[in-house]
Amino acid sequence: MSNPLYNKDIISISNLSRSELELIVSTAKQLKQYPSPDLLKNKVIASCFFEASTRTRLSFETAVNRLGGDIIGFPDSGNTSLGKKGETLADSVKVISSYCDAFFIRHNQEGAARLASEFSSVPVINGGDGSNQHPTQTLLDLFTIYETQGTLDKLQVAFVGDLKYGRTVHSLTQALALFNCEFHFIAPSVLSMPDYIIDELDAAGCKYTIHDTLDPIVNSLDILYMTRVQKERFDETEYQHMKSSFILTAEMLEGVKDNLRVLHPLPRVDEITTDVDNTPYAYYFQQAENGVYARQALLALVLTNKFGDQ
Amino acid sequence: MKKQLTVEAIEHGTVIDHISPGQGIKILKFFELSEGLQRISIGLNLPSHDGSCKDLIKIENTVFDQNQANQLALFAPKATINVIENFEVVKKFKVAIPERITGVFTCPNSNCISLNEPVDSRFDIKQAKSDIKLKCHYCEKSFLSGLFSELH
Repeated sequence: MSNPLYNKDIISISNLSRSELELIVSTAKQLKQYPSPDLLKNKVIASCFFEASTRTRLSFETAVNRLGGDIIGFPDSGNTSLGKKGETLADSVKVISSYCDAFFIRHNQEGAARLASEFSSVPVINGGDGSNQHPTQTLLDLFTIYETQGTLDKLQVAFVGDLKYGRTVHSLTQALALFNCEFHFIAPSVLSMPDYIIDELDAAGCKYTIHDTLDPIVNSLDILYMTRVQKERFDETEYQHMKSSFILTAEMLEGVKDNLRVLHPLPRVDEITTDVDNTPYAYYFQQAENGVYARQALLALVLTNKFGDQ
Repeated sequence: MKKQLTVEAIEHGTVIDHISPGQGIKILKFFELSEGLQRISIGLNLPSHDGSCKDLIKIENTVFDQNQANQLALFAPKATINVIENFEVVKKFKVAIPERITGVFTCPNSNCISLNEPVDSRFDIKQAKSDIKLKCHYCEKSFLSGLFSELH
């Protein structure tokens, strides 16, 4: 038995097909339902965070532990040869990959994971490279959407907030475009979705709308994906003005569909008020928990042949 | 009235013809042609057969290989290259936009990992409408081809 992701690098969502995304989601569901504590027994996984992270590192390392694997690595580059002695990333990767069975990397420069995959002797999983890709976040988002909706197909999905700089919304839009979802983009004009994503949607024949506020579309949504508008990008007056349009309150959710779920990659600051937490629509903390299962699924598929039906 | 060639003929070398007007100077600059010792003639806004304008470059004792011709395609996709020997055209070919270009341009993204690691830059090239875009293999960002001639 084999699967198409066995021994494969996971660098960019754009390299994954619809069927591969579905395989990851179904494997995450299976591992959430039926834990597999010995799956990675005797496997050593390198967890190399050249840039510090909280949720991504802790959920990845939890995923390895829950599958019975061993972890080597570091939480930031401060005490590494690369950080202190000026070693190239290429040399670091050559050495570290000779110690382990898989290599999870986060780095503050775009393209670092792709480069690592070219010098590594073992599969590389991208845990975020600068402003470029963060595929494991997208995979946990897809798993969460599937878990809450029972499908990924033809959903009404809104993205709110910083759509220009948020790599999360770019990758998730690209992935959901494979499932014929309809998109609604709500953002300040200076933080609107980049042209290259809009061009891709046009080329794929996907439907999308652009709005200034949530009001016109909120009652038709299945998924409401909030992101943080970074205060430092605006002066205080502009920021205060935007607050009313791009902050979600419980009151704004009156009349929405029962199956609506609110997601957020976290950390949130004040773009979702805490009264939303107590509504049945809030799902962002379960979403963060699902990061463990999505990363378990990736590890299981990349390192073993025990999942998939091929 | 008989039309007359307004740029002097060359004995050996290359004539790059059918360059879109305005691109001739950029090509000279990009290939650093004017920094060598060879004699170069450049014609700007010359009349073309179809009634429009074109730029033209003649370089003595220099032959463009296919790789250089493909780079040229990024700036002048309609250009033709004529190889001249003894004042005769011995070879003529059109430039073709390559699918990928390696080790030529530096990625304009200052935070791209390819800038400070032991790898060649790599760009996948896509033509959309009238634009030619180069997508970095590493940082995955796309740039209009015109940006590279300005950065060079």
